[in-house]
Amino acid sequence: MKALEVSGLKKSFGGVQAVDGLAFSVEEYETLGIIGPNGAGKTTLFNLITGLYRPDAGEVLFFGRRLDHVPAHRLAHLGITRTFQNLRLFNGLTVSQNLTAPILGMHGYGLSSAVFRRRRYFKQERSAEEKAHVLLEFFQLADKGSLGANNLSYGEQRKLELARALSTNPRLLLIDEPGAGMNPREIRDLLATLRQVKEHFRLTIVLIEHQMGLVMNLSDRVLVMDFGEKIAEGTPAEVRKDRKVIEAYLGDELKTC
Amino acid sequence: MSFFTSAKRFLLCSIIAYLILKGLFLSGFLTEYIQQIILFSFIAILTSLGLNVIYGYTGQFSLGHAGFYGIGAYTAAYLGAVFKVESIFSFLPILFLGGAAAGIVGYAVGVPILRLRDDFLAIATLGFGILVRVLLDNSDRAIEILGGSRGFIGIPKIVNLEIAFFTMVFLILVTRNLIFSRYGLFWQCIKDDELAATAFGINTARMKLMAFTYGCFLAGVGGALYAYLYSFLHPSNFDFLRSIDFLIIVIVGGMGSITGTIYAGLLWVTVIEGLRIGLPAQALEFRWVLIPIFLIMVMMWKPFGLLARRESKFLGLGKGE
Ligand SMILES: Nc1ncnc2c1ncn2[C@@H]1O[C@H](COP(=O)(O)OP(=O)(O)OP(=O)(O)O)[C@@H](O)[C@H]1O
Ligand SMILES: [Mg+2]
Repeated sequence: MKALEVSGLKKSFGGVQAVDGLAFSVEEYETLGIIGPNGAGKTTLFNLITGLYRPDAGEVLFFGRRLDHVPAHRLAHLGITRTFQNLRLFNGLTVSQNLTAPILGMHGYGLSSAVFRRRRYFKQERSAEEKAHVLLEFFQLADKGSLGANNLSYGEQRKLELARALSTNPRLLLIDEPGAGMNPREIRDLLATLRQVKEHFRLTIVLIEHQMGLVMNLSDRVLVMDFGEKIAEGTPAEVRKDRKVIEAYLGDELKTC
Repeated sequence: MSFFTSAKRFLLCSIIAYLILKGLFLSGFLTEYIQQIILFSFIAILTSLGLNVIYGYTGQFSLGHAGFYGIGAYTAAYLGAVFKVESIFSFLPILFLGGAAAGIVGYAVGVPILRLRDDFLAIATLGFGILVRVLLDNSDRAIEILGGSRGFIGIPKIVNLEIAFFTMVFLILVTRNLIFSRYGLFWQCIKDDELAATAFGINTARMKLMAFTYGCFLAGVGGALYAYLYSFLHPSNFDFLRSIDFLIIVIVGGMGSITGTIYAGLLWVTVIEGLRIGLPAQALEFRWVLIPIFLIMVMMWKPFGLLARRESKFLGLGKGE
């Protein structure tokens, strides 16, 4: 079954054709890596899938369902979440609240339960906290739950961003450059974490990343973008050998992985 | 029941404060004028708390809060005159309706303007505040008893210590319960990052509207209390400068803190009224030199307000159990 199917997708900003007739699909439980030079349109693709931008043309199907007219805030409910290339945590909240907010967005309680503190309020609050705790343990952040999110180190904030994206039990996870701004040691750590995520949560993943080591290691298939178009697609081994890819993008970076 | 049992500490503090005040009021030690100021400080707290929900928690900058306060005051006064309200018992529904009127107008105004970005929102709410002032100034042309620029006179003085104090306590508790629920959490998410909030399933348009409507409701209740405390309304009590008063209380107290708003409301009313009483008549205008200096000093001492995004343990206004 196809988890995600994109066809003829286009988006321009003024004169810039950020995404230009893109088509691809992702099977359920597959991990698709997306690589491409800066400005290739990778983040724009995520923004189109998650409804932050409306496409100029083309369509996106999620398990066969069109997403065009689904409001952006419904997507997490349908089972699509993402991380952001530039961290976008809720910095005024605690680490734990960064997870309980999305969790309580999925399984809530009504206004009267909140105002009159009915039993349902306590029950749902407690179960959200427990669920957040389990996730924080998975990411080795359990002892930091009551800190402000902005008090975490950069690497920890990256982890929290990932934990938040998993908090709503998504079926499709879009990860935008999780390794951005990390040193080689942190990257190794991240690779291990992402491996665990893949093992532990049965998910379909689309992963944008510049770090070749990460993409080639984690992806079942890799899609290469340039100027908003797909220039190659295949298994990591195939993409490595593709002449167009080498010319457009990879160059000597390939030798390092 | 857990509405009360989950706030034991706050209720205990409230009852003690009430008993002390009641004793003072009965002792004859406080003049009528001072008593009125004390009750007004509760109104200022309640109304500012509404603005804190809108601005401090949800990040929607509003410069028109006094407009909603005025709508509550005039609605309550008008309904009271129409239905000949003179007893405490018949006043309570009027109090609620004053809040509801402000909430409904807030909702209607909020639908178009809450889409606007911060700076535009400030202009739009400022415009709304001015519009309300102009309408109140000319209100007698449509409805005689509203009084227009002469003011609304002859409102019975019904608000006493019990009504003002326990209305405030009750609504502080309701607000606390909202803030420490998923709704309050969503409001704070929106303030921090609206786009991320959307991506994580929060209907931001709806949540902003809810915060705005509720905040305006609190202002409306504050206005209704005001009307039946002073028994006279004038459009100038509800103009732009009054909106600034509420904004100062929110900022001095701390964005996103109920306790902060309570402390700052008491402090602000004490300073303003204390100077009015303390300064000799010829030097009264000197207040407007002292007040800004006072504000600058507070903001230098606590740049984020007394208690930004924190609640004091003393008052027991945290999440509770
Ligand atoms: N909101 C926007 N308004 C205007 N132009 C935009 C907008 N978003 C993206 N673009 C432009 O679209 C093009 C693609 O940008 P995008 O962010 O999708 O690239 P990317 O592949 O994610 O790059 P990077 O690897 O640097 O993150 C760029 O030229 C960018 O300037
Ligand atoms: Mg990008």
